[in-house]
Amino acid sequence: MEKQKITGSEALLKTLVAEGVDTIFGYPGGAIMPVYDCLYDYRDKIRHVLVRHEQGATHAAQGYARVSGKVGVALVTSGPAATNAITGIADALMDSTPLVVISGQVASPLLGSDAFQEIDVIGITLPITKWAYQVRHAEDIPWAISRAFYIASSGRPGPVVIDIAKDAQSNLMEYAYKKVDYIRSYQPLPDVDMNCIAAAAELINQSKKPLALVGQGVILSHAEKELVAFLEKADIPFGSTILGLSAVPTDHPLNKGMLGMHGNVGPNRKTNECDLLIGIGMRFDDRVTGDLKTYAKQAKVIHFDIDLAEIGKNVAVTVPVLGNAKETLAAVTTLLKQAKHTKWISSFTPDEEEEETKVIQKEIHPDSGMIKMGEVVNKVSDATGHDGILVTDVGQNQMMGVRYFKFKHTRSVVTSGGLGTMGFGLPAAIGAKIGAPERTVCCFLGDGGLQMTIQEFGTIMQEKTNVKIIVLNNNFLGMVRQWQELFFNERYSETNMENPDFVGIAKAYRIAGRTVDKREDLDEAIREMLVHDGPYLLVVTVEKQGMVYPMIPAGTTVTNIFMGDN
Amino acid sequence: MSARKLYTVTIFSENTVGLLNQIAIIFTRRQLNIETLSVSPSAIEEIHKFTITTFSTEDIMDKVVKQIDKRVDILKAYYNTDEDLVFQEIALYKLSMDLFIKTGTVEELIRKHNARILEMNETCVVIEKNGHYEETQALFKELSSTIGVLQFIRSGRVAITKSKVERLSDMLAEMEAKIEKKKA
Repeated sequence: MEKQKITGSEALLKTLVAEGVDTIFGYPGGAIMPVYDCLYDYRDKIRHVLVRHEQGATHAAQGYARVSGKVGVALVTSGPAATNAITGIADALMDSTPLVVISGQVASPLLGSDAFQEIDVIGITLPITKWAYQVRHAEDIPWAISRAFYIASSGRPGPVVIDIAKDAQSNLMEYAYKKVDYIRSYQPLPDVDMNCIAAAAELINQSKKPLALVGQGVILSHAEKELVAFLEKADIPFGSTILGLSAVPTDHPLNKGMLGMHGNVGPNRKTNECDLLIGIGMRFDDRVTGDLKTYAKQAKVIHFDIDLAEIGKNVAVTVPVLGNAKETLAAVTTLLKQAKHTKWISSFTPDEEEEETKVIQKEIHPDSGMIKMGEVVNKVSDATGHDGILVTDVGQNQMMGVRYFKFKHTRSVVTSGGLGTMGFGLPAAIGAKIGAPERTVCCFLGDGGLQMTIQEFGTIMQEKTNVKIIVLNNNFLGMVRQWQELFFNERYSETNMENPDFVGIAKAYRIAGRTVDKREDLDEAIREMLVHDGPYLLVVTVEKQGMVYPMIPAGTTVTNIFMGDN
Repeated sequence: MSARKLYTVTIFSENTVGLLNQIAIIFTRRQLNIETLSVSPSAIEEIHKFTITTFSTEDIMDKVVKQIDKRVDILKAYYNTDEDLVFQEIALYKLSMDLFIKTGTVEELIRKHNARILEMNETCVVIEKNGHYEETQALFKELSSTIGVLQFIRSGRVAITKSKVERLSDMLAEMEAKIEKKKA
C-alpha cells in the first residue's frame, strides 16, 4: 500500500508543530508562497504575525525567544527578504538567541542562474549562524527543520537558517518525522570535569575578595536558583552583564549592579581589587572589560561557560569550568564552605554612595530643568512594581533603561547587547509581549531608533499587541552626540534630528499616545499609559544634552570612570 | 606576543557542502593567509580531512582552532607545529626535452634530489619530487638556473602526527560509548 504523500510545505508545517511551534513572525513573497498557502490551513495551530519588514520578523522572533525560552521562528521569502533578515540573524548570534529563520528560495533548477530574487543566502549567512542549510528536496524538510531546532536551542543557543527551494516546497513526499537529538560532530553539552569543579571550589574557598560576573548563560541554562545558592553560600558579591541583568532580582543584597562601560562604579572598580574573578555564562566582552592589558591582573580567574571557544578568548583563565551552568554551579556549590565576606562586601559602599550622589540622584531626582532620561525609566519601573519586562533600543535609551529599570523576575531584559542594533526595540517588544502575554512590556526607544523600524506600528495595530512604548526624545542621536561632546570637541556632526509628530503617527495607526514635556505631567502620563487597555506611545521630551554616566571611555581601563563631575 | 611560525591545522569534518567556506571564514576574520590546503577522504568512511598550513602565533591558533571545532559539522580540529608531524608535499616540474638532453646532468640531478621521471615525450619531460617545501624548492631553484622550468606545481601539505593513531578514531569510539550509555 502506498503511503499518502504530502507537499514539502505541509511537511514543513507539520514538523514545526511537532517541534512545538505555535507562533511565527513573517512576511510572504514569491518564493515562499507554497508555504504561505499551506499555512492558511494551519491557522488554528500556528499563529502567524505579519510584520512590516523582515528585519522586524527576526527581531520580534528574538524578543519572543528571549522572554519565553522557546525558539523564535521567522518565515521570509527569498532575495531581499532574506537580506533584510540578516541584521536579526547576526544579532541573535551575538546574543546567543535561539532563532530559526526559514527563507524561501528560487526553484532548484534556477539556482545559480541569477534568477529573479535569487541570492546566495547560505553564503551570506554562514558567518552569522550556528548552521545554515539549503533544502532542495521536499523529503529533506522534516530532517532539516528538526536539526535546525536542535542546533538553535542546544548548547550555546544561536540562529539557524534553512533556505528552501520553491520546488521543494511544492513537491510531494512521504512524510517521516524523527526528532533530531544527536549529531555526531556536535557536542552541545561538554562533559563536566570534576577536577575543574574541585579546583574552582578550592580557589573560591581560599578567596578573601571574590567577585562574580553574571551573564546571560545563567538565564539560558535555567541556572538562576543554582546561582543564588552558589553566591549565598560563599557570600560572593556580583555584577551582571546587560544580558545577565534579570537573572537575580535587583534588590538581592549581593547584587552590586551592572558591569561595563556605563555600569555601576562598585563592580567595575572592584574588578581590579578582587583576588578572584568568577565569570559565569558571560564572555568578557570589550564593553565589559575595557583595556584587557589592565583588566583584573591581580586576580585569579574562574570561567564557567558552555562554549569552549569562549574560554581564554579574551581573558586568561586560571580554572575553566566547562559545562551547563545549572550543573556546574550546583557541583561547585556542594564543595563550597559557608563563608562570610562582610568586610569585602561593605567595601563596595563608598563606591555606591559616590555614584548615588554624583550620578544617580541627579539623574532620577533632578531639582529643576528638563525631564531626564533616567528619571523617566525610574518612574516607569516604579509604576510597574518592577514586575515588567524591559525592552530597549540601542544608545542612551538602552543604557538608561538597563541602569534604572529594576527586576524581580528572570528573562526580563530584551536588548541588543552584542551587535548593538538600532531599530531592535520596537519589533522585539512585539515579540516579547506575544511570548509573555501576561506581563507588562515596557519598551524604551530613542527618537533615532524608533524611526529605524517605525513601520512595525502597523504590526502592533493589526495584532493589537499591548506594548507600552516610551520614547525618550531629545531630538538627537544621543549616544553619538555624547561621544562628540566628550571626544570630538563638541562637533555635532549629523546627530541632530528634526522629528515628526510621533504621537500623530501612532494615532494614524490607531495607537493611543501622548507627549509630555513637563515634569509635573509625567506621573499622570505614565499611569495613563499603564492603565490603558492596549498599546500606548508615550513620548517624553527630555533634555537635549543628557549624558549617560558613569562612563568608562572605550578601550581604557575598567577603573577609569567618568562621572560627569569634572 | 609569541612569534609567528608555521602551524598545521588538521580538521576532520562531515562531508557536507559549504564546509570549506565555513573554515575559510574563520581564517579570513583574523586575516590569516592559508599557505597550503589539502582536502581528502580520511581513513574513516564519510569523514573528510583538511590539512591547512598558516603562519600565525600559538595564541591565535588556539582560538582559531576552537572556533573551527565549534562549527556543527566539524568533528575535530587541532593544530601542530612541524616538530610534532611527519609531513610531505609533492612537486611536479615540466622541462624542455631538448634542454634536458643537452645539459647532460640528468642522472646527477635525479640522484641528488631523489626525484623521479614521470613522463617523457618529444617536447617535454615531467619530474616528480616529494619532500618538504625547502626540498622541492631547492630542486626548483636548481632547475630554474640551469635548464629552466616550463611549468611548476606544488601540492598542499599532507601531514600525520608522530604520536600513535589518528586521534579521531579514539574520539569517535568515546562518543559512541557515551551514546550507548545514554540509551541504556
